[in-house]
Amino acid sequence: MTEPASQATAPLDAAGDVVVDARDVHYAIGGRKIFSGLTLRARRGRITAVMGPSGTGKTTLLRLITAQAYADSGEVLVWGREVASLGRREVFAMRRRMGMLFQNGALLTDLDVFENVAFPLREHTNLSEPLIRDLVLTKLQAVGLRGAARLLPSELSGGMARRVALARAIVMDPELLIYDEPFVGLDPIGLGMILRLIQMMNEALGLTSIVVSHDVHELATIAHDSYLISEGRVMASGTPRELGESGSPIVRQFLSGSPDGPVPFHYPAPDYAEELLEGAGR
Amino acid sequence: MTDGRRAGPISRGLQRIGATALFAFRLLAACGPALARPGLIVEQIYNAGGRSLIIIMLSGMSTGAVLGLQGYNLLQRFGSTEVLGVAVALSLLRELGPVLTALLFAGRAGTALTSEIGLMRATDQLTAMDIMAVDPVRYVAAPRFLGGFIAMPLLTAVFNIAGLYGAQLIGVQMMGVERGSFWSQMQSSVELRDVTEGIVKSLVFGFLVSLIAVYEGYHTDATAEGVGLATTRTVVASSVLTLVVDYMLTAAFL
Repeated sequence: MTEPASQATAPLDAAGDVVVDARDVHYAIGGRKIFSGLTLRARRGRITAVMGPSGTGKTTLLRLITAQAYADSGEVLVWGREVASLGRREVFAMRRRMGMLFQNGALLTDLDVFENVAFPLREHTNLSEPLIRDLVLTKLQAVGLRGAARLLPSELSGGMARRVALARAIVMDPELLIYDEPFVGLDPIGLGMILRLIQMMNEALGLTSIVVSHDVHELATIAHDSYLISEGRVMASGTPRELGESGSPIVRQFLSGSPDGPVPFHYPAPDYAEELLEGAGR
Repeated sequence: MTDGRRAGPISRGLQRIGATALFAFRLLAACGPALARPGLIVEQIYNAGGRSLIIIMLSGMSTGAVLGLQGYNLLQRFGSTEVLGVAVALSLLRELGPVLTALLFAGRAGTALTSEIGLMRATDQLTAMDIMAVDPVRYVAAPRFLGGFIAMPLLTAVFNIAGLYGAQLIGVQMMGVERGSFWSQMQSSVELRDVTEGIVKSLVFGFLVSLIAVYEGYHTDATAEGVGLATTRTVVASSVLTLVVDYMLTAAFL
């Protein structure tokens, strides 16, 4: 594993550097516990990777950060303000400072690529048409898709759609960029492109990035800080190298991809032999 | 809050009515800002109205033709076929026009609205707007609701005209009712309040069917199955509500 970027050695505990601060978060949906005491931080200018087995609530964490859902107890602070205490206007003001890349891109299907990227500009600014055009083309150029400006989302491959969504996410020059499973379903070339773009955006634009994924090895090459969440809390944290050296069985199973371990292969069931014999005795 | 899945059918029904009413207030509040973008609304009037024109005209003509045929057979027994025009016009203007247009609108435009918004929900487009600090109710739901609400009375008028044409085609041109009495009786007997009743009904049905279609799409479960179920609910709820409210409005107008 390569230790990325010089920022990896930046001071960790300067309070002003913390962009997202989740403290002892408890959250349940329909009686099912998702988080029970989750604590993590994302610091300014760094790429923070949030990893964990499927169904551990990684996407739910993003919903808590973006105020789409609120913690049952504990605090989620973004830029020092408790998300749950914000009114609707303040939530929208907070969201204007962040961008989010969805798993499937979430492009608006009735608008072409250009208009998708221009959408936030048209909604939130009074910029002139030539200026909007220049800004959109600049962002599309950054993701390598200036030539696809007039294509519809249905004409794009999965990787292209995600790059367009990335251009849209950065068009308002956000301070925080959140990626939800950005590598899912991509071929190696598409995956390499997204990986490079995440790193490039972070370095060139000085963004704070939170990347939620279970692609351990890809993330390890770009992340400055990593968190492994399982069973509703953080099981391990640190640089990707520190995670790799962890002795925790769950961390070892997750990093090595073992089919059995603390996360069992079998879904809980009655005794196998007993169940078979029960059937035979009918 | 009670978990909807564990509640009984009555409690679930009440919850749904309450949620729809709250959504209606939110939607109406968003209609003002949405009017600032007339282009979006015109596009939705075309989607809901323009694309339903053929089916409305065909259905209107068929309904009128049936009314002409049945009416002629009935009136002939009493030797008063000259009032066929009045009978057809009153049936269409006061009842069949608004009701059948609403039912057809629910099946054609209502399902299209629900599935379109539902798919936007399932593919995270609505969430993406929310994260971009753009209110999806204002940008997506309100223009579609207004489009449906405006399109319904226009479609009802088209249905009525096609129906009258169908009735005179059968009554006058095939059955031999005298053309002059067909139109003049209609002119002298149809009153403004008959037309008003039809217009009020079409406005109320337009409000209800568009609200249900938009609500169901907006609150669909973000799965393929969820979109299918929401579309079915739109047709069932709109159709039943249209018929029940029609009775209430008819009773109120009599």
